Amino acid sequence: MLKELELPIVDLPKETENLREEVRSFLSAELHNESFTTRSDSWLSGFSADFSRKLGERGWLGMTWPKKYGGHERTAFERFVVTEELLAAGAPVAAHWFADRQTGPLLLNYGTEYQRQTLLPRIVRGELFFAIGLSEPNSGSDLASISTRAKKSGNKWVINGSKIWSSGAHHAHYIVVLLRTATHGEKKHEGLSQMIVDLSAPGVTVRPIYLMTGEHHFNEVIFEDVEISEGMIVGEVGGGWKQSMAELAYERSGPERFLSTYPLLKELINQLSETSGQHANIKIGKLASRLWTLRCMSLGVAGLLEKGDSPNIAASLVKDLGTQFEKDVIDVARELIPSRPSMNAPTKFETLLAESILHAPGFTLRGGTTEILRSIIARGIGV
Amino acid sequence: MSDIQPMLVDTATKIMKDFCTKEVINKAEEGEFPHDLWEALEETGMTSIGIPEDIGGVGGDLEDAMSLLKISGKFAAPIPLAETLLAKLILSFARLPLLNGPLSLLPAQNNDQISFRKTDDAWAVSGKAQYVPWARDVKNIVVFGATSAGQMIVSYVSTDDCQITQGQNLAGEPRDEVMLPDILIDNDRIAPSHNLMGEDIWNRGALTRTALMAGALENILELTLTYAKEREQFGRPIGKFQAVKQQLAVLAGEVTASGIAADAAVSAYEQGGQNQEIAMAKIQVGEAAKAVTNIAHQVHGAMGFTDEHPLHHSTRRLWSWQDEYGSESEWAELLGSEILENSSEQVWSMVTD
Repeated sequence: MLKELELPIVDLPKETENLREEVRSFLSAELHNESFTTRSDSWLSGFSADFSRKLGERGWLGMTWPKKYGGHERTAFERFVVTEELLAAGAPVAAHWFADRQTGPLLLNYGTEYQRQTLLPRIVRGELFFAIGLSEPNSGSDLASISTRAKKSGNKWVINGSKIWSSGAHHAHYIVVLLRTATHGEKKHEGLSQMIVDLSAPGVTVRPIYLMTGEHHFNEVIFEDVEISEGMIVGEVGGGWKQSMAELAYERSGPERFLSTYPLLKELINQLSETSGQHANIKIGKLASRLWTLRCMSLGVAGLLEKGDSPNIAASLVKDLGTQFEKDVIDVARELIPSRPSMNAPTKFETLLAESILHAPGFTLRGGTTEILRSIIARGIGV
Repeated sequence: MSDIQPMLVDTATKIMKDFCTKEVINKAEEGEFPHDLWEALEETGMTSIGIPEDIGGVGGDLEDAMSLLKISGKFAAPIPLAETLLAKLILSFARLPLLNGPLSLLPAQNNDQISFRKTDDAWAVSGKAQYVPWARDVKNIVVFGATSAGQMIVSYVSTDDCQITQGQNLAGEPRDEVMLPDILIDNDRIAPSHNLMGEDIWNRGALTRTALMAGALENILELTLTYAKEREQFGRPIGKFQAVKQQLAVLAGEVTASGIAADAAVSAYEQGGQNQEIAMAKIQVGEAAKAVTNIAHQVHGAMGFTDEHPLHHSTRRLWSWQDEYGSESEWAELLGSEILENSSEQVWSMVTD
């Protein structure tokens, strides 16, 4: 097998079983108290600062981070277990999602001691939320073409430009922005840097971009002469591209890339019965097979990341196959149960179906479009 | 991975490269059994992998046996290696002597009827089996079946005593009809069936096909990538075209998914002996076979479906193996009904526990 495509089998350690049970009983108690409603795509649409704080109290945020920054020094596999249980339950995890998944690891790899000490403990407690500032109105898949700039002025940097599709920026406290700190030479990837911007700073405007459902998750974030101190640069000036790319394996291979419609699958199975017949059995059996396979792959990538590898090709595969699966669930649900999906339908099945259908176009766009991922994979296997 | 696995993989790969050439595969399809290939594998102990040393095997576990079959599948080896390993496992569990040479086993299909009958001083076995791998090329066939009282029995018969009608699968591999015309068997060749028989053999059979298919898929990926880099049209390699690149990425995804599914099923079966993971893996490789053979033949163009090009050695095997020991739909139906008979929590615990 090509080395880029080799994935190890990961058997979760025994000690994760207790943790899984803890998470399951927490979730069932929360559902019982009606502290949240199960939703599809809850890592985008399920915002609850309260819920995130509760997770923080239980030690389920910043799980793998060092204790000196408030973390819990648990393994990537323990974090995997918590994450997949939360997503499967459709729990509202959007508030802390990017901080826990991306900003924390970024700061641990490249941040300054001051950044780590001031920001990480508050993320771990579920009090501090981050947004991601990558795409721009004129830069989507061609990310290196971004034009948001920061200019040095004394011991400060002054930012001008705008970012788009920043999920949850209207709730978040900070945004990590990829921007240009120098004009590029021959390589477009040069001269890019990452900075942390306070979303309440003067000159920052957060404008809503409503989804076709009318929901507000996306934003455009506009920077007009926003001043930030040198202390808010992450890593090296000019090292932004490499740093951003290092985040991608984490971003593309997690269970959120195949579980966005799992709540719908679960409700579909609830609605079907053992008398549903051969056709339904085959469809459900095939979905179960794909779900299991994707999880094996996702865990395999987590295993490689834990060892310090950067399996970017395999991570891209997880996202490509995983997001197709998320859409397949919708097709099978519609095929097996005649229904009238609506965001305010009287049944849970129809609401989850509506939510899944209307969110689905995003699955294969966010975090790298299918076409971009496949280009990366093709390059990775030598064509 | 066991201690011997890297060495086993190296040795098997070397033997396949030397003895399982395109010519050997073509000749096998014309009816010439590849004795040199078989001898080389037997001499190095490859045909007794997974059988404990104290009873004549060479040790190793199920994972080792399956990693060997992956290589066999990758090289499209036209030999009953899967059947021999399974047959020897049955013999070893039944404490019957391990037989030499290539073996096959019955029943080969779920609906084959084999029955054992006690005579005055011996036993008799009768029945008919369809689609039996390599029956014409082996000296012995391991047989298990029931008595009229429902007792499960395992034994073996010589092919000299069987009536064999030749048949073949889509890849031209022997799949014969075997009649057992009330063959008399001595008492010392009869053993009561161990719990390994029946359903368990079916599961293990499906695992062998999953491993063989994962290997064939790997080979198709390699062939297709090589071709896409070499073949030029419009002044550049066809692999440089976006449309082709996207297809190759899909192909690579399915091959990767199948490889890990096959491995994970073996590992889960070795630990727990449940067949759910086998079902899920056989479904995965079956689904992958469809996508991968489509893309591979499309990328190879007309050349890929000529007799001359080796691509069909792998694609025709996939089209055969996908239906052996349960197609993806048969396994999906079984799995789906199990899920729907239980609560909706079932699918999640199946995936995570």
